[in-house]
Parts: sequence; C-alpha cells; structure tokens
Amino acid sequence: MWDYSETVKEHFFNPKNAGAVENANATGEVGSISCGDALRLTLKVDPGTETIIKAGFQTFGCGSAIASSSALTEIIRGMTLDEALQVSNQDIADFLEGLPPEKMHCSVMGREALQAAVANYRGEEWSDDHEEGALICKCFAIDAVMIEDTIRANSLRTVEDVTNYTKAGGGCSSCHEGIEEILAKVLEEQGESFAAPAIATTSSPTTTTTTMTNLQRMRRIETILESIRPQLQADNGDVELVEVDGNTIYVNMTGACSGCQMASMTLGGIQQRLMEDMGEFIKVVPASQMPRTAKAGA
Amino acid sequence: MADIYLDNNATTAVDAVVVDAMLPFFTEQFGNPSSMHSFGNKVGHAIKKARKQIQSLLGAEHDSEIIFTSCGTESDSTAILSALKAQPERKEIITTTVEHPAVLTLCEYLEKDGYTVHYLKVDGRGRLDLEEYKSLLSDKVAIVSIMWANNETGTLFPVEEMAELANAAGVMFHTDAVQAVGKLPIDLKNSKIHLLSLSGHKLHAPKGIGVLYLRRGTRFRPLLRGGHQERGRRAGTENAASIVGLGMAAELAMEHMEYENTQVKAMRDRLEQGILAIVPNAFVTGNPENRLPNTANIAFEYIEGEAILLLLNKAGIAASSGSACTSGSLEPSHVMRAMGIPYTAAHGTVRFSLSRYNTMEEVERVIEAVPPIMAQLRKLSPYWGDNGPVEDPEKAFAPTYA
Repeated sequence: MWDYSETVKEHFFNPKNAGAVENANATGEVGSISCGDALRLTLKVDPGTETIIKAGFQTFGCGSAIASSSALTEIIRGMTLDEALQVSNQDIADFLEGLPPEKMHCSVMGREALQAAVANYRGEEWSDDHEEGALICKCFAIDAVMIEDTIRANSLRTVEDVTNYTKAGGGCSSCHEGIEEILAKVLEEQGESFAAPAIATTSSPTTTTTTMTNLQRMRRIETILESIRPQLQADNGDVELVEVDGNTIYVNMTGACSGCQMASMTLGGIQQRLMEDMGEFIKVVPASQMPRTAKAGA
Repeated sequence: MADIYLDNNATTAVDAVVVDAMLPFFTEQFGNPSSMHSFGNKVGHAIKKARKQIQSLLGAEHDSEIIFTSCGTESDSTAILSALKAQPERKEIITTTVEHPAVLTLCEYLEKDGYTVHYLKVDGRGRLDLEEYKSLLSDKVAIVSIMWANNETGTLFPVEEMAELANAAGVMFHTDAVQAVGKLPIDLKNSKIHLLSLSGHKLHAPKGIGVLYLRRGTRFRPLLRGGHQERGRRAGTENAASIVGLGMAAELAMEHMEYENTQVKAMRDRLEQGILAIVPNAFVTGNPENRLPNTANIAFEYIEGEAILLLLNKAGIAASSGSACTSGSLEPSHVMRAMGIPYTAAHGTVRFSLSRYNTMEEVERVIEAVPPIMAQLRKLSPYWGDNGPVEDPEKAFAPTYA
C-alpha cells in the first residue's frame, strides 16, 4: 500500500472544490496517457482582474490524482492567471506534504490541466510538450523518456553519465539494469554498442596521506558537516556528529531525515562529500548502529 | 467490527492448525534432516510425511515427484529454465498473454537472449483459441507454460487438454497452478502435465514455501546446485517448519475441497449478485461459467480502482484492483487489456477473493458498503452526470492525453 501523507489522505477522503464550477469561463481537460487517469478543471475567472474566483475539478483517477486535483484548486483560488501559471507540479506535491515517486505524474497532470484551462480562457491552443514514460529510477522519479532524451542530447555512454545528467540511478542503484537497457538501445540505433565496466566505477577517493592531528581531523569533519546542514534543514531534517572511530563516522539523522526512506541515500551523499573533501576512505554510519563500547566512549 | 479480508488470491491467513504443526520445528525439532543423529532423523520423517500429504492433494503417482522450493516464482523459473537447458536445440516457448509476472517477465527476459516466445491471445472473456495453440506446437518448442487459473479473474484454462496435446507433439508442459491448488480437485497421475508450480501461502500455509511437481522421467536440470537435498534437484537446507506447515495445509485443503466448491462458491455468487443488483454500470470480467469458486472480479465503470480500494479499506474491507495506480506500474492490468476491456472500465476493476474463513454475514456487510463508495467516487468523475454516465461519455469528456 502507498505511504500517503496525512494531507494526501485528507484531500482524498474530503476533497475540496469537487464538481464543475457553474458558469465557468475556462475549462482544461487533460489525461495521463501512461496511467489513464484524467481530469477536468473548470474555473470562473473575473475578466477585469483575471483573478480566479472559483475552481472546481472532476477526476477519473486514483487517490493521489484526486488529492492533487483538490490541492490544485485550493492553491489557485484567488490567484491571477499569471500567478497561477507559476504553480509547478512540485508546488502541488509540497502542498500535499509529498507524493510517492510513482505518483508524481498525478501532480504533473494537475499543472497541465491548469495550463490548458488558462489557454482555453485566452482562446489559445494548448499543446503539451511533456511526454511520459515508464518510471525507471524510483529514488528520484525519473522516467524512461527523460533518460532516453538525455542520452541522445548529450551522447551519454555509461550509467554514471546518466546519473550525472539526470540523477537517475544515483540512489539505491537497483535501476541500473534498466538504465543499461536504454543505453544499449540508443547506442545501437547510433551503430555503436554499449559496453559496461565489470565493476561500477564510483569515483574512488584519492589516498592522500593525512598529516592532520586527530583533533584537526575531527574539526575538519565537523566543518564539512556544518556546510551540509543547511540543505538538510531546508527539508526539515538535520544531521549531528556523534563519534569518529578511525574511518567510521557515526552521525544522528534528526527531524524529517530520520526514518525517511531517503535517509540511507542522504547518508551516502554525506559520505561521498566527506570522502571528496577529506581525500580518504570514510564510512558514514547511523549512530544507532554504533557498537556499545564506542558509545561508552571507549 | 472486525475487518473483512477478501483478498485471498493475494495471500491467505495461515490456518491455526498449520501454525500448531509448525511450532515444534522452531524449537525442539531444530535438527538438519540431513544429519545422522536423532535430531535430524525426526525432522527427516516430518518432511517425508509432508511430501506424502502434498502428493495426495495433487494426485501425483510418486512422492519423489514433489520438490520443495521457496515459492511459486522459483518453481516457475526452475521449470522453464530447466526445459531450455535440457533441450538446447529447442528455442521456442509457448505461453499466454495473461500469465502471472512470474512467468511473463521471465519470458520477456528470455526473448532478449534470443528465444522466441509465443503469447497465446485471449478473447473478451479470457478464453484461449486452441486452434492457435495447436498450430504452434512443434519440435522447436522447449516448453509450454500455461496457468491453471488466472489470479485476477479466476478464469480456468483447459490445461489438462492442452497437456495432452503438448505431450502428443513431444513437448514438455508446465502449469502455474498457484491459484488452482487447494481450490480445485487435481489428479496429476491421470494427466499429461509434466511440471506444476504451487505456492504455500495461497492455501493457508506460510509464505516462503512452494513446490515444483516434476513428473517422473521428465528431463530436468536444477536451478540451484549444491547439496543432495530434494535428491539433488533443489539444493539448500530444507525449510523444515514451512514444509511441515504446507503438508498440513494440503491435508486441510483436501478436507475442505467440497466446502470450497459449494459454500465458498455460494458466498461469492451472493456477493457478486448483491453488488450488481444495486450498482449500475458494473460487470463481471473473465468467464463466469468457468472459473475458481472463490473469485469475483467486477469492473466498475468510470471510476478508478485505487480510489475504490482506499475507501473500501476505510470501511474495513480488503480487496485488490487491476488499476495501474495500485501496482506502481503505468499500465492497467495486462489481463484486462488482453481481454479488450476499455480503459474506463479496466481502471475500475476490483477483485474480491474469498476463503473458507469468510462468512455470509461478512458478504452481506460488503454488499451494503460497496454501493455508496461507488456513488461517492462517481460524483467526482468527469464521465458521470447526476443520475448516471453522461450522454456518450467518451465524447463528452475527451481530454488531451500526454
């Protein structure tokens, strides 16, 4: 079962602004070819100020499609059309306190319905520039079409290239087989063949001899962690240094980071950053896994 | 009121009697059945008994035809890969478009390795065309793999007849019978089925235990090689507790076979008729004349399955759906698409699958709970008007798809 946020559930069980707006003067009807969900958005726009007075939705779709529609109508009510056009699908997802990666396209559908409705009001023809494919990378919600296009546009040749350009494959790495398949297909079209290295070539840290004292080294680690914290805090999370034991660094993930499914990925990112800055091999481990002797300060 | 579980094709509750039979094998009966001492010997005897119990449920001629595996998927993979390995000159496979992913995904993968896979089509009620099947049987085919009962609709395939045809053409026949075993009487010794997969957790045994039936004399190449367990056909220390549990579950399934096909069937029929009598624009998918006794798959037009399930769940009712959104895949159920069910209905399919633990009282509660849920969601649907679908729904609402 999907791990929906309480806000998603609230907007699904008690949707706001359901139904068509009476005497609407803007209508947007869009669907997602990939999952078959569809949505009609109707708006009542004040012609003088171009302000959205009323917004209503009718949705044929899943829980998150209904919740995204409800959220969209709540967000845009009272906005001018130009303001509303600035609403991104990420804004809709944020309003709902997040959507599972597989469900991000539900929020995309909401934004597209809005664009279509504004185009309808202005007597323009709305055309969609966004094509959606099968979801490949679940960590960062990257689909096959996006990966394929990026490979073509940038002549990418390896999984690592794809990760650098799209983020796909940069998390748990279980989608690497899928990425390799897309690479093989595109390269074959170009008359080339895809050859993967036997072992993933993650940037190996250069072994510079450390001449720092223990204290200097710990302070350096602290400084690096300090520089990472603002990013985590922006996502309502945080990290705190607990112990340094040789190459192993124990940290506490707090706030939104703790227990978040991305926590292990975040740890990986912190580890990568520390290795790059320190120039040595480092393992970042949650403090909960610290051996008891180390905890006791031995 | 306790929640109502109508998702028994997904998994079943482990029978309390099965749990009791298993418990000693976590504690005092912990021995390795391969050991020479009495700790191992007793476990060895218990496994032997379980093998007999399963032999009897399947109507197999010999107990050595039963190979314990870890799950239905392992059994399917073992069967198909064994046939390819044992007959390297044969590069074709015959299966259907509506198989479980355990078979379908493997076949798609094998296509990349140069094998040719023939996917038999189904008609609007999920039935195969046996003439098409006959025309594909040849000495190029390594194995035919056809499910006995469809997990989504419960529709049965004529596997016994198809096995006769394959056998006559000198082709190995495998059936994925995970949904059929325990719900239908099976008599393998009087069939030409060479290989059969079953899964414990579909018949009130625990998860993590399966069986591959391998007819004596069928050429075989193991998937896992190593120790001599299962006569060298499936290496790895036996999952003794679960094997004992599956044996007990098989015995209980035999005892309840009659009940399943009368009482459980009656509950299913009442559920289906009760819902269809009240909810408009709903229909049964698959072949109602020839299906499992416990499964009802109903398509509710113009609404989406995941939304239905979330509201059912809120009402304390557990079921499942063929909608794209419940699986994380982008497409609605391949089974519904293969039968040509339109998107607007395939999306709203709900599978209710019962077991001997359900009661008629529960069924009546579900019949009461379902109609308001459908009405609530249809109120949100762009295809639905005040009192029914809008006139010419596909034209009245024709969104730009992207």
